[in-house]
Amino acid sequence: MSTDTEVGADRPDRLVAHGEIRQTEVRQTHRVVIRFAGDSGDGMQLTGDRFTSEAAAFGNDLATLPNFPAEIRAPAGTLPGVSSFQLHFADYDILTPGDRPDVLVAMNPAALKANLKDLPHGQVLIVNTDEFTKRNLAKVGYESNPLEDDSLAPYQVHQVAMATITRNALEPTGMSKKDAERAKNMFALGLLSWMYHRGTEGTEQFLREKFAKKPELAEANILAFRTGWNYGETTESFAVTYEVAPAALPTGTYRQITGNLALAYGVVAAGQLAKLPVFLGTYPITPASDVLHELSKHKGMGVTTFQAEDEIAGIGAALGASFGGALGVTSTSGPGVALKSETIGLAVALELPLLILDVQRGGPSTGLPTKTEQADLLQAMYGRNGEAPVPIIAPASPSECFAAAIEAAHIAIKYRTPVFLLSDGAIANGSEPWNVPDVADLPDISTSFATEANAPDGSGEFWPYLRDDDTLARPWAVPGTAGLEHRIGGLEKADGRGSISYDGDNHDRMVRLRQAKIDGIEVDDVTVDDPSGEAEVLVLGWGSTFGPIGAACRRVRAAGMNVAQAHVRSMNPLPGNLGEVLARYRRVVVPEMNLGQFAMMLRAKYLVDVRSYTKVAGLPFQAEELAGVLTDAVKGDLPA
Amino acid sequence: MTAIDLPNPAVGGLGGLDLVPTTDAPQKAKDYTSDQEVRWCPGCGDYAVLASVRSFLPELGLKRENIVFVSGIGCSSRFPYYLDTYGMHSIHGRAPAIATGLAVSRPDLSVWVVTGDGDALSIGGNHLIHALRRNMNITILLFNNRIYGLTKGQYSPTSEVGKVTKSTPMGSVDAPFNPVSLALGAEATFVGRALDSDRKGLTEVLRQAAAHRGASLVEIFQDCPIFNDGSFDVLRKGDDVAQRLIPLVDGEPIRFGNDGEYGVVRSESGGLKVVPVAEVGEDALVVHRAGEQDPTQAFALSRLSDQDLTHTVTGIFRKVDRPTYDDGARAQVKAATEQAEQRGDNLQALLTGKDTWAVMPTPEQEA
Repeated sequence: MSTDTEVGADRPDRLVAHGEIRQTEVRQTHRVVIRFAGDSGDGMQLTGDRFTSEAAAFGNDLATLPNFPAEIRAPAGTLPGVSSFQLHFADYDILTPGDRPDVLVAMNPAALKANLKDLPHGQVLIVNTDEFTKRNLAKVGYESNPLEDDSLAPYQVHQVAMATITRNALEPTGMSKKDAERAKNMFALGLLSWMYHRGTEGTEQFLREKFAKKPELAEANILAFRTGWNYGETTESFAVTYEVAPAALPTGTYRQITGNLALAYGVVAAGQLAKLPVFLGTYPITPASDVLHELSKHKGMGVTTFQAEDEIAGIGAALGASFGGALGVTSTSGPGVALKSETIGLAVALELPLLILDVQRGGPSTGLPTKTEQADLLQAMYGRNGEAPVPIIAPASPSECFAAAIEAAHIAIKYRTPVFLLSDGAIANGSEPWNVPDVADLPDISTSFATEANAPDGSGEFWPYLRDDDTLARPWAVPGTAGLEHRIGGLEKADGRGSISYDGDNHDRMVRLRQAKIDGIEVDDVTVDDPSGEAEVLVLGWGSTFGPIGAACRRVRAAGMNVAQAHVRSMNPLPGNLGEVLARYRRVVVPEMNLGQFAMMLRAKYLVDVRSYTKVAGLPFQAEELAGVLTDAVKGDLPA
Repeated sequence: MTAIDLPNPAVGGLGGLDLVPTTDAPQKAKDYTSDQEVRWCPGCGDYAVLASVRSFLPELGLKRENIVFVSGIGCSSRFPYYLDTYGMHSIHGRAPAIATGLAVSRPDLSVWVVTGDGDALSIGGNHLIHALRRNMNITILLFNNRIYGLTKGQYSPTSEVGKVTKSTPMGSVDAPFNPVSLALGAEATFVGRALDSDRKGLTEVLRQAAAHRGASLVEIFQDCPIFNDGSFDVLRKGDDVAQRLIPLVDGEPIRFGNDGEYGVVRSESGGLKVVPVAEVGEDALVVHRAGEQDPTQAFALSRLSDQDLTHTVTGIFRKVDRPTYDDGARAQVKAATEQAEQRGDNLQALLTGKDTWAVMPTPEQEA
């Protein structure tokens, strides 16, 4: 039992209003993975979110993996319509949402069929029996009812008529049966909350706020939630509850945050730290739209959001705003990047600050809109005509998106360049605790606009392409500045003076200058985690693979083998020490959710025979599979 | 979803340039001439438009540094290089989008878009209609020479059906846009048309377009002497010019001809038609009202302009007040900022949020 009295006081034994309080066995456990699975309309994402909030408020470390179809409401009860939310919470610092659930909540036959293969034998399966009708079973190809045959024998099965119990409990409210049954997800949440000794007040408060305009709905959902809790407490079927103590994270004030929210906050903060108004020009696209939704709420913090007619207009408007002296930002995903490419090239030529937030998803083309992938790396690196280098920042986790956005903005402003930020679906929708930074500790990324003529020949002219000696950045002279009127454009410009130039030698110089500017961006060295100091295998990752790679390293090390881990956060330019780090190890393994794009860059730049391990199944790597790959690499069994 | 009644920013209150700083210093056309050598072909209609714009801009009395010309790609899109204001020669078709971001974020700028028939109506058609629909406070000069010049002579979206060009040796089978009809269909609040060689008429349209708060589209008929030479000659010279050009004068009956012998009346089909005034009498003529909210008559006027230039309407088709996107967007930011200040919102509070938990130092850490 926890000794934290505040938390203890929050535990609502008092909810059991009648009947004797049963003694259930309480087991302590370090970590639990729960997966809620149901139909798209069953509210599984909301249920998962709420449980996550309770785990966060309790002080567990956590990581989440929402997994949902691209269709808003795929046909009810079908396999394509299954939506799930996996939550991993623990009393220590965890790195991934978990490979396999310890508890699977299946709200219908489709959810059971789609998810059962991931549930290890012996683990807990909670099934909403009401949906297991002949028709629903047939829809997903069950020839016999798995609740009645022996197919679920390897699991600890709890059959609960969630819809019926919820409907009966809500009968006094006078709600229709159909409406009452819709609250069954809150029943499930209540039951799981009881099983894991979670607080209830947070959820009740949340429901009251969510349904503030319809208090009767709030009360109905709270009733369903309490019914679920009481069901666990009073029925005999659940003999064990579990406690997961708070995690010993670094001290600080924490909140739960998703990658997209952290990205949006990072953009707001970047504007404040740069002392520039933020202009987001964008077009809705999964899985980046939440960035637009969030930023549109922060007009009071100097953020203007513009939902354009298309992806091209979104970035065009952002670039126009940058020309006018704002921090221009656009948010998108891979297909949108393809449309924006020409404008990114223009921004390279104009040498104006511009932030391109690419929340990657499965491709090519429309691909897998709601699933994750890292296959835009080479598009970000090279997806433009001509030599058009663009810096690329890749956050490794949801909360890192905050600092990454500030860093990307810093580079954009300091070096007058478009900058890519590569997030992905797993980071964008996944959440974790975030040690909220003190604003006073955030960097000053402000700049100054040009105000005076700068021509070296003393002519009193303004040369828009006269570069800073250190950064090679050009002056940012915004309209409204008297005496600095100038014209810029996509045509090649004369070095320094900035007028149109078709001169071949000048073009050669300008191409190399633009490249040198990006190559010269200051980037932190990559750090290597090698506790033994004796590893011969280095696993090198980038972006959202950080969690699974780290978890895999822990497993390999726990098995007595040595492995070194490094993670790259600046994909362009690469950290200055990366070549030296790569050279230190006999073998380098690069896991990526693409077909080896980073591995190709590394091979090309460093002539190192890196081993690529790739997967594009729409979900993050599992720690278990990567541990296997690393074990093979340590033993020298890894195929080329 | 709910809809909210928004406050109506600026309607009828502000002119197009009212937020742009002015200067008392006298300006001349020369002040607007950049040091760049103009590189259009000899005889190009762009020269005439450039000259008109250079001599017209001083009359606005704006600070030169607060004027921005944004263009796309094409011969006409070189325009900004030749004006000593701020300027951006951007990419094909995207100038309205870039100007949108600039206009929203900088109310103190006079933002102009220079574009051509290919740039605005082909590759950039989407941005054009949405800039008009949103009523961005920008002035769009659409140079229409009915041909692709810079790519050396392919037909454009305003080329006549049957036109023989490098890409249509058997004649174009492509139906053209009528830019004025398109703009009116896109809810444009200001639509005008002028001929490059008609300096007076062009300047008057430009004057009113600049003064209009909201998106102004000015179609300028203009010659490409290399690939579409003399395309508008029937509107410039010859005995029947006056029988072809229908100049619009706000508040006046629409009549034209050497002696005003032709006029415009309602047609049986619900549109407008040209008739000899003698046949119908002066009272039957339609009176032009550019400020009419209903765009029906303006649209009907745009349909009098035939591809073969039998009749060509010039002047200001429509000029009405409607809230602009940029004023509306800024009003929301302003209101939100005031509320945030009253509440004492700050970045730290935003980042921290409402649901937090503290991880305290352990006794060992404290020790």
